[in-house]
Amino acid sequence: MSIILRGRKVVGGFAEGEALVTRQTISGWGGVNPATGTIIESRHELRGVSFKDKVLVFPGAKGSSGWSGIFHAARMAGTAPKAMIFNEMTTKIALGAVVTRVPSVTDLDQDPLDVIETGDWVRVDGDRGIVEVIKKHERA
Amino acid sequence: MILTDDERRMLEGEQGPAVQKAMELLVRYAEALGAERFVDTNNVCGANILTPSMMRHFKSHDEAFSKMSLDSDETVEIPQVKVFSCQLIGPMDREQWEVQGVSREFYEGTMESMDYNARHGIHLMNTCTPYQVGNVPVKGEHCAWMESSAVVYINSVLGARTNVEGRESTAAAMLTGKIPYWGYHLDENRFGTHLIEVEFDVESNMDWGMLGYFVGEMVEDKVPVLNGIRHVPDLLRLKHFGAAAASSGGVEMYHIPGITAEARTLEEAFGPNRPRATFKYGEAERRKVYEELNSTAHDRDVDLVMIGCPHAGIEQIREVCNLLDGKKIHSNCELWVFTPSPIRKLAEQNGYLKILQDAGAKLMSDTCPAIGQFLPKGTKVVALDSAKQVHYLPAIMNVQGWFGSTADCVRAALTGRWDGGLH
Repeated sequence: MSIILRGRKVVGGFAEGEALVTRQTISGWGGVNPATGTIIESRHELRGVSFKDKVLVFPGAKGSSGWSGIFHAARMAGTAPKAMIFNEMTTKIALGAVVTRVPSVTDLDQDPLDVIETGDWVRVDGDRGIVEVIKKHERA
Repeated sequence: MILTDDERRMLEGEQGPAVQKAMELLVRYAEALGAERFVDTNNVCGANILTPSMMRHFKSHDEAFSKMSLDSDETVEIPQVKVFSCQLIGPMDREQWEVQGVSREFYEGTMESMDYNARHGIHLMNTCTPYQVGNVPVKGEHCAWMESSAVVYINSVLGARTNVEGRESTAAAMLTGKIPYWGYHLDENRFGTHLIEVEFDVESNMDWGMLGYFVGEMVEDKVPVLNGIRHVPDLLRLKHFGAAAASSGGVEMYHIPGITAEARTLEEAFGPNRPRATFKYGEAERRKVYEELNSTAHDRDVDLVMIGCPHAGIEQIREVCNLLDGKKIHSNCELWVFTPSPIRKLAEQNGYLKILQDAGAKLMSDTCPAIGQFLPKGTKVVALDSAKQVHYLPAIMNVQGWFGSTADCVRAALTGRWDGGLH
């Protein structure tokens, strides 16, 4: 049984992968090392964890106006997440998602931070704004 | 979204492939935001200087600008910018690159990138504070600026209108004169959301920085309104307040009734909104912020004192000169002061540069240790009078950071020891 969340397209396209979930907002410049896709912000709960090839589920972006530049660099280094799911729309995350060029959705009908856990399998249909979640305990 | 005729023509390529690529990016961005249309802008501040280490991925500056600044897969010839455009703070001091510790190759490569920007009509202000050197937007002016500390200043103090833009959106705005009409461009998003009851009598520059840091932590990226301010702050104080609030929380807009541009009264500041929450700032909150800002430091021997985040104004340079009082910097310590290059020129003409040099201090421009990621060799402990810099520098450069007043900092430079405190 999978769970379906419906929201709004930010960036189109389809991707699926394992979820990496945080309840903390993410800083781009000064918060992420784009060479490895690793969170480096002191005191962040994902410090030392890479989002490379994961479906990143998070509340939104914070910090410097260099946010898009860092995620742009991550895409070019091949360390970007496969897809992004977030709650709070800002110019930082909108531009960041656009230049990362991965399927991205927001405004979901259930809070993705409540529904999705790290390790769940997530399918993101950016164009239709649909997220399908297969809970990790149901994965074969 | 709705496009005007001129926007549609740009998108169709009538003004050349670079303008077309810029418009394509802006449409993708506006759709991601959910913006319904664009607004015209004739005031853009961005960041397009590339160092040789970034340039090695590209065969030409046009290729780098196409891919890095316009997010285009195709390399297009970049024309002159269409609207008033400025370069913000960058990676290198044009004159004192050797003090910064970079190689001649790095210097020459970065200068080439700066020349490329200048040839395209982008003004090399090379500062995080364009509003200190002549780019002072008027109330209601729609802008497209990067640099969170500058955005919060022009939105709040001046009443200009911008969101925190990024490299790609500002580069596209330079070539098209367009930016999504969203967020702080709209009246309804500019009203206050949270009330800050300021019980402590905030007066000094250091106190304004601490108040900013507190406010950002409390409201995150919402719109705080300060009540109870007893002393009218100047540019310097609001520069430090906004930079700190933007760093700890992401504040892009605030009101101080009777002082900032869009609120004569508390009622005007909130408009149709009711405060979602109220926070008190008193002695206890002030002490807590001070301790937080000093939480990365324990060794009292200071290797570097840095003044000028955001870039210092001329009155701050004068203050440092007066605090030096003819004495020399301690032999184990450096004192670096950062200011926009036109203000450095003024400091030279006024005799301050010589005073600083005689003391053994450096007056630098165009960059800062966090943006350029450089420190004097072997630096382990820095002392800063900026809440913003002490927020970023220890994390970015893996050093300990003391935070205090400008006087505490200059005293540390003279003695080589930190003895600052909360008074």
